[in-house]
Amino acid sequence: MTEKFQGYLRSDGRKGIRNTIVVAYLVECAHFVASKIVAGFDDEDVQLIGFPGCFPNEYAARVMGQLCTHPNVGGVLFVSLGCESFDKVRASGTVASTGRPVETLVIQRSGGTAKTVETGRAWVRSALQEVAKVERAPMGVDELIIGTICGGSDGTSGISGNPAAGKAFDLLIAEGAACIFEETGELISCEDIMAERAKTPELGEELRAAVQKAERYYATLGYGSFAAGNAAGGLSTIEEKSLGAYVKSGDSQISGLIKPGDVPPRGGLYLMDVVPDGEVRFGFPNISDNAEIVEMIASGAHMTLFVTGRGSVVGSAISPVIKICANPDTYRALEGDMDVNAGDIIEGKRSIAEVGQEIRDLVVNVAKGAQTKSEALGHREFILTYKSFDPIGPSCLPAV
Amino acid sequence: MTGPFLHLHPDDNVLVARASAPAGTEVKLANITATLAHAVPLAHKIAYRDIVAGERILKYGMPIGIATEDIAAGAHVHIHNIRSAYTPTHALQDANGQSPEASK
Repeated sequence: MTEKFQGYLRSDGRKGIRNTIVVAYLVECAHFVASKIVAGFDDEDVQLIGFPGCFPNEYAARVMGQLCTHPNVGGVLFVSLGCESFDKVRASGTVASTGRPVETLVIQRSGGTAKTVETGRAWVRSALQEVAKVERAPMGVDELIIGTICGGSDGTSGISGNPAAGKAFDLLIAEGAACIFEETGELISCEDIMAERAKTPELGEELRAAVQKAERYYATLGYGSFAAGNAAGGLSTIEEKSLGAYVKSGDSQISGLIKPGDVPPRGGLYLMDVVPDGEVRFGFPNISDNAEIVEMIASGAHMTLFVTGRGSVVGSAISPVIKICANPDTYRALEGDMDVNAGDIIEGKRSIAEVGQEIRDLVVNVAKGAQTKSEALGHREFILTYKSFDPIGPSCLPAV
Repeated sequence: MTGPFLHLHPDDNVLVARASAPAGTEVKLANITATLAHAVPLAHKIAYRDIVAGERILKYGMPIGIATEDIAAGAHVHIHNIRSAYTPTHALQDANGQSPEASK
């Protein structure tokens, strides 16, 4: 398969499928002003992201840097209150080094709310004209990075939606794409079968250790990665949810283990370790689904496959979300939010392979510019919180 | 075929509802044909055969928990009679799959 589409060529050679201007607040105190700037551009691709905390955090700084230089992003406006700890000079330097238009507005030095909003909107207007001139270049499936998560899972997720997403992953990986699955807290009890799929025994040990770390972390917190709605939907235990979630990874060999912000070096299947290292700090690893989506995007995901049974409606800033509905009743209830009806598998109308092919084809169409349902509805959810990671070990990315 | 239920793996001691099954539905199980005493919502599980307390529950051929009491063939298998081998399950009033409005 050598299907090509037109990507947005960035200075580092990576190519995007969207050309977004992001407006990023650097502390909650600048959130309102940043959102007012974005509110002036309902019909343009201008999106709000941000970090709420006033204390410094290396993880948040790195993720913000990766997001602002994501191939789907054309330019960045940082909005700072002025006294927060986020290193805005480093952040804007990271963006400037890629040649993208970047500006930082400090509310305390820009005349307050009204003047900062006015100045910000003027900058965005000029940046939109500039990013419209970005060079286009042919792009193939083998240049795509695709993430997958499941959220609002129920007892159908592991039977229909997740296996179909796994089938799509197998097809995309065979075409050279890099695919990322994640949430080690939802792989508890799967570590042994997963480790057997690793490219090397040493990587297998790393995969196993990542899940064991998640198990310890959640045990300390007292809750598994399991919401009340999972139980209402027929899931009884974390291991039942995990087995269903695991099949999103498909059947391909596992090429590596990455952490949020690490970009897969080549095509293949990667597990993202999302549970922080060291002692339990800062609370739950990912407080809601969008935190996981943001980490996939920080690792370069051009789009995310989101499998839901109960019926999540979220999208995301920066990279489109493809919503795969596992539950046929939910699909009928929320059809306007769902891109793919994997509930057909539950009802015996279509096979896992057929739905997997539909997802793969939709990925290509979205890469060509087709909007997903959540994208067209205007969903641009975003959340970034505190975490702490050590760099990945030497066995995590075996050479070819 | 077990009516509106799936037997996902030959080793499994539970079936999964592929559609909501009303009370009175007849289901062919391992050794008997049972009549459901209560409705079983889509994607919930019932026992494929008698399960004794302490036994592992198998779905997809893999362990998904441990029976906390004896479970009769055909009975709903869920958080009231199985537990995780890892972390406790958090649930609210709607864990039986009925919406709070419907159970009023």
